[in-house]
Amino acid sequence: MKLHHDKHFAAYTKKLNAALAAAGLADVVTTEGALRKLLANVGSAGGRGGSAIADPALRAAIRNNGGGVHVNHQLFFRSMTAPGTSPAPSVVLSEAIDGGFGSFDKMRSAFSAAATGLFGSGWVWLAVDTAGGNRMVVTTTANQDVPYAAKAGVVPILGLDVWEHAYYVQYQNRRPEYVEAWWSVVDWPGVEKRYTEAVEENA
Amino acid sequence: MAFALPPLPYAYDALEPYIDSTTMNIHHTKHHNTYVTNVNNVLAGENGGSLKGLSLSAIQKEVVSLPDSIKTAVRNSGGGHWNHSFFWSVMGKTGSIAEAPSGDLKSSIESTFGSLDEMQKKFNTAAATRFGSGWAWLSVNADGQLFISSTPNQDNPLMEGIVDQPGTPILGLDVWEHAYYLKYQNRRPEYIASWWKTVDFDVIAKNYTAAKSGGLPAFDTPLA
Repeated sequence: MKLHHDKHFAAYTKKLNAALAAAGLADVVTTEGALRKLLANVGSAGGRGGSAIADPALRAAIRNNGGGVHVNHQLFFRSMTAPGTSPAPSVVLSEAIDGGFGSFDKMRSAFSAAATGLFGSGWVWLAVDTAGGNRMVVTTTANQDVPYAAKAGVVPILGLDVWEHAYYVQYQNRRPEYVEAWWSVVDWPGVEKRYTEAVEENA
Repeated sequence: MAFALPPLPYAYDALEPYIDSTTMNIHHTKHHNTYVTNVNNVLAGENGGSLKGLSLSAIQKEVVSLPDSIKTAVRNSGGGHWNHSFFWSVMGKTGSIAEAPSGDLKSSIESTFGSLDEMQKKFNTAAATRFGSGWAWLSVNADGQLFISSTPNQDNPLMEGIVDQPGTPILGLDVWEHAYYLKYQNRRPEYIASWWKTVDFDVIAKNYTAAKSGGLPAFDTPLA
């Protein structure tokens, strides 16, 4: 946790600030909302939609570091809490999960399978598809890409980092064990809050 | 047809202090071994028969033409098996390795990059800037020229039609985090710099000679 936050997260923050400055956006992108908007335009590795930044190297720096720092790691750290301190998912959240997957267990299986099956570095997300009737979905992104860059309106509410740095010291190659253990630290009220916000923001 | 995990050409602690023995052990017995298991599963399954009798190196070249049902699995696991087998072969224990290039390889490095130093700088940049998981390579292209590149995940330059710059690798470096995390954590540039102390330039020279005449690097990929 210490390495992840103090080294990786800090490094991304530094690089993002440098990239924003180089793009002349340091005074413009000053809030999380502004950063998310920028990331949605910058596009994922496949390239999609218009981009506010002409230079591909700068676009890549922002996609990688902007996605890496705020949206992904912020969300990741905020998604967690000490084991045993989170209540179970509320009725509101449970119903939304049931709606998307049939049951909590089915969602958990789908999420865990996506996490263990992701090849290379990336993230797994539980998200609300606000462009698709607010359906709950499990989706993955490679490297530090964000889910709404590839498909607009997919708002992550829970994320799991499966880059090896997120688990190697304790679990080495045993990613399935890490994924299983991680469920014990999920902060469900936080997930619900993000769910409600996503639905309301896009109402 | 099934591949076997090739034995490491040296002891797990042979590359200390540059690469720690725990990493070498887990890297070889867990990560590499998993790729061997997985590629064997694909070969034994449906459509795997089309790869029967091919060497591991030849399989890399075939990836682009494989049916969708097995293409990704072969790219990832077959690539992983080749890459790691190759990786063990280019390293060796200090004192038993040629620490600098000589002969043809030396002249080619100098004429292509200016100096060994310049080549290493370019290689280090490719290795440090490969975002996410992947590899950095020194390879020979179809025109016999040396070039440096990096690839994502378990792709390698032999995968024509898949990679931007195809060629025959003569040197490669794993920059997946599992290759360095226990000792170096996020300090990838430090890992890269240390790793050069384990490179055996005699092996690289042999790889270079083979590549120039259209051959492939010679390393052990035993069958089970």
